[in-house]
Amino acid sequence: MANFYLDTPELRHHLNHPLMKRIVELKERGFKDKDEYDYAPVDFEDAMDSYDKVLEIVGEICGEIIAPNAEDVDHEGPAVANGRVTYASGTQKNLDAVTKAGLMGVAMPRRYGGLNFPTVPYIMAADIVSRSDAGFENLWGLQDCAETLYEFGNEDQKKRYITRVCQGETMSMDLTEPDAGSDLQSVMLKATYSEQDQCWYLNGVKRFITNGDADIHLVLARSEEGTHDGRGLSMFIYDKRNGGVNVRRIENKMGIKGSPTCELVFKNAKAELCGDRKLGLIKYVMALMNGARLGIAAQSTGLSQAAYNEALAYAKDRKQFGKAIIEFPAVAEMLSIMKAKLDASRTLLYETARYVDIYKALDDIAKERKLTPEERQEQKRYAKLADAFTPLAKGIGSEFANQNAYDCIQIHGGSGFMKDYACERIYRDARITSIYEGTTQLQVVAAIRYVTTGAYLARIKELEQQNVAPEFESLLSRLKAMGEKYAEAVTKVADSKDQELIDFTARKLVEMSAYLIMGHLLLQDASKNAIFANSAQVFTRFAEAEVEKNASFIARFSKDDLAYYRK
Amino acid sequence: MNLKIVVLAKQVPDTRNVGKDAMKADGTINRAALPAIFNPEDLNALEQALRLKDQYPGSTVTILTMGPGRAADIIREGLFRGADNGYLLTDRAFAGADTLATSYALATAIRKIKDFDIIIGGRQAIDGDTAQVGPQVAEKLGLPQITYAEEILGINNGRITVKRHIDGGVETVEGPLPIVITVNGSAAPCRPRNAKLVQKYKHAKTVTEKQQGNLDYTELYNKRDYLNLVEWSVTDVNGDTAQCGLSGSPTKVKTIQNIVFQAKESKTLPAADREIEDLIVELLANHTIG
Repeated sequence: MANFYLDTPELRHHLNHPLMKRIVELKERGFKDKDEYDYAPVDFEDAMDSYDKVLEIVGEICGEIIAPNAEDVDHEGPAVANGRVTYASGTQKNLDAVTKAGLMGVAMPRRYGGLNFPTVPYIMAADIVSRSDAGFENLWGLQDCAETLYEFGNEDQKKRYITRVCQGETMSMDLTEPDAGSDLQSVMLKATYSEQDQCWYLNGVKRFITNGDADIHLVLARSEEGTHDGRGLSMFIYDKRNGGVNVRRIENKMGIKGSPTCELVFKNAKAELCGDRKLGLIKYVMALMNGARLGIAAQSTGLSQAAYNEALAYAKDRKQFGKAIIEFPAVAEMLSIMKAKLDASRTLLYETARYVDIYKALDDIAKERKLTPEERQEQKRYAKLADAFTPLAKGIGSEFANQNAYDCIQIHGGSGFMKDYACERIYRDARITSIYEGTTQLQVVAAIRYVTTGAYLARIKELEQQNVAPEFESLLSRLKAMGEKYAEAVTKVADSKDQELIDFTARKLVEMSAYLIMGHLLLQDASKNAIFANSAQVFTRFAEAEVEKNASFIARFSKDDLAYYRK
Repeated sequence: MNLKIVVLAKQVPDTRNVGKDAMKADGTINRAALPAIFNPEDLNALEQALRLKDQYPGSTVTILTMGPGRAADIIREGLFRGADNGYLLTDRAFAGADTLATSYALATAIRKIKDFDIIIGGRQAIDGDTAQVGPQVAEKLGLPQITYAEEILGINNGRITVKRHIDGGVETVEGPLPIVITVNGSAAPCRPRNAKLVQKYKHAKTVTEKQQGNLDYTELYNKRDYLNLVEWSVTDVNGDTAQCGLSGSPTKVKTIQNIVFQAKESKTLPAADREIEDLIVELLANHTIG
């Protein structure tokens, strides 16, 4: 019986972080739900035990159903006929299993039928699902959209729609258009209000919509006639039961083939406004994207895990020159770095998820009562950390997933190039993670301000003050030395006040920030749990070389050199 | 239609992954080396019961299991998937039962449950592989039985239609309620545990477990009665001790040996007593039985 949660003890380590005490306290608010719902926890230990037990269900479904279906789903893929999408048969079985298991609406409040789980266990489920089939994670993970409905919809909308999501209906977020990809301000899908029918109608085309034939859609559309920028856009809810949207085609993709990517035609599709007019892009989509980015960070980590597992199993099994190839230093080194990158992505993922948990739970409490000054301060601190860490977790995590998928194929040698092993699917599936929900380049754009304002450095300084186990003291001093090189590089670039130079070196500076933070977090993990000891050692050495490389590049670079790079 | 369904389920050692240390030197099972699991075909049976409950809301699914105290796991596993309640038949007097004594004990418990429409269980357990308990229960209760069921197709006017697995195909049969059904492993797999139900029932315990374990959640047992799992002893089900456990088991194990199982073509016999007698003589002669 394969269980993708129980066979990876790293997950339980991250679930049982000390900060969970505060998170559960904020999320369960005196455990008041226990008198109304028979499945609500009665105390902290009970809540943690519930997360653990539910993740065990996720692990079992992933190991026994979703992973075994992945290959067939990849081959069969979804189909479109008469404007409607049919999933691959394996995808439908996966959806039935997660629905029967009550794994839809995991993070939604119990009053709508959800499990009221914090982000940490929800993201952990996404991590596990992605390892079993990254394409399926896209369908399951779109329950994230319910979070946006919960944050910005009115009570009536929440009751009508979130309840349905918790019962297994799927969602989509319809943002991209042929001429509006990274630049969502150019969205043109038209929303017009009919005084006569007292409702909105949507007309236009959306492209690259994941799960575009979903039951419930969140749609970004232009409600303000004559406008051309983000301030003219609003968010709408389209219910498939009302009709008016057809799937014109589905894309033939390189990877995540089980997840239908649709071109949608809206023809007088009846829709309702979600939240306030004109805040569609500038407020709601931004919130939606941050949640989605954390989801992709989880997807990347799950893929990194899958790549590592496949590579490790093959390297133990494959014999050349009379021994298993894992015994050759060249292969063992690749595997060690893969594991270190995996553990580094994961520790940053859950650190970020905890920040998100605290500030979102406080946001939610603020809807009911005024926060105390201490709570307001806490909310502000964690919201800022979440904003700063999300692009790192997504940006670097997805790059690591791609690197691990590449190395996984390399370890398989010629066999890895054939279609016979899972590694080729993992390689294709991983490719999109550094592209969608904002490319790595856009994650860098989001992150660079925390480099130049010193936010990352401040956090690194805090981490440097934390205690580590005696055997890791030397690693800590190496990280501190790297921190100094990083600070020098940041100062040089920031002091130049040259925007072009800042943009040009941003990727390098953001990578350095991420490696330092990951290194410190891994040191904390290793100090508490021996399973991370090797990764802490390997990652610090990897990070040291990378930081050195980037620092030396920046130290020797002058803004006159930019001329050689201009196109 | 509110059906009352009883699912017969057994906790078994996981014999699918048998290592060298699976058997002790004295020929008994080394339970420590094999994890205890829900008998796989009983899970298929549970799924059929839960599908009936989905189809006929208001129906109830009751788990009945016999075993040592830890077999309460079977009831919890059932509750996690959608069963409504369960009974654990547990008593030293039940220990060492062969199929005859097991079916006797189950039949007395079912009589005590009294109100039922369908008794459903797996075809056989993976530890004994006899496929006798289900049919014996039916005989003892004087009920009709359908074995090797693959799918319950429907219930109309007190009659149940079942697709059953036969050599080289399937046949569809019908029988009156109440009835005993045994389910084949080729039936639909059981649904996963449900996140809400796991949270609801995870603290469910028998009296014995409560006496042994920590009592962190004592308050809950008074407020939520469904967390108190029922244990039945021989006396509780008005059983005759002589017919239970070892004393009620005519089966005697002579020796145990490792054999390599060789699957052979099946043999079809005409339904005549003469043919059956010949087969028995043949099986006795080659020591397959006897």
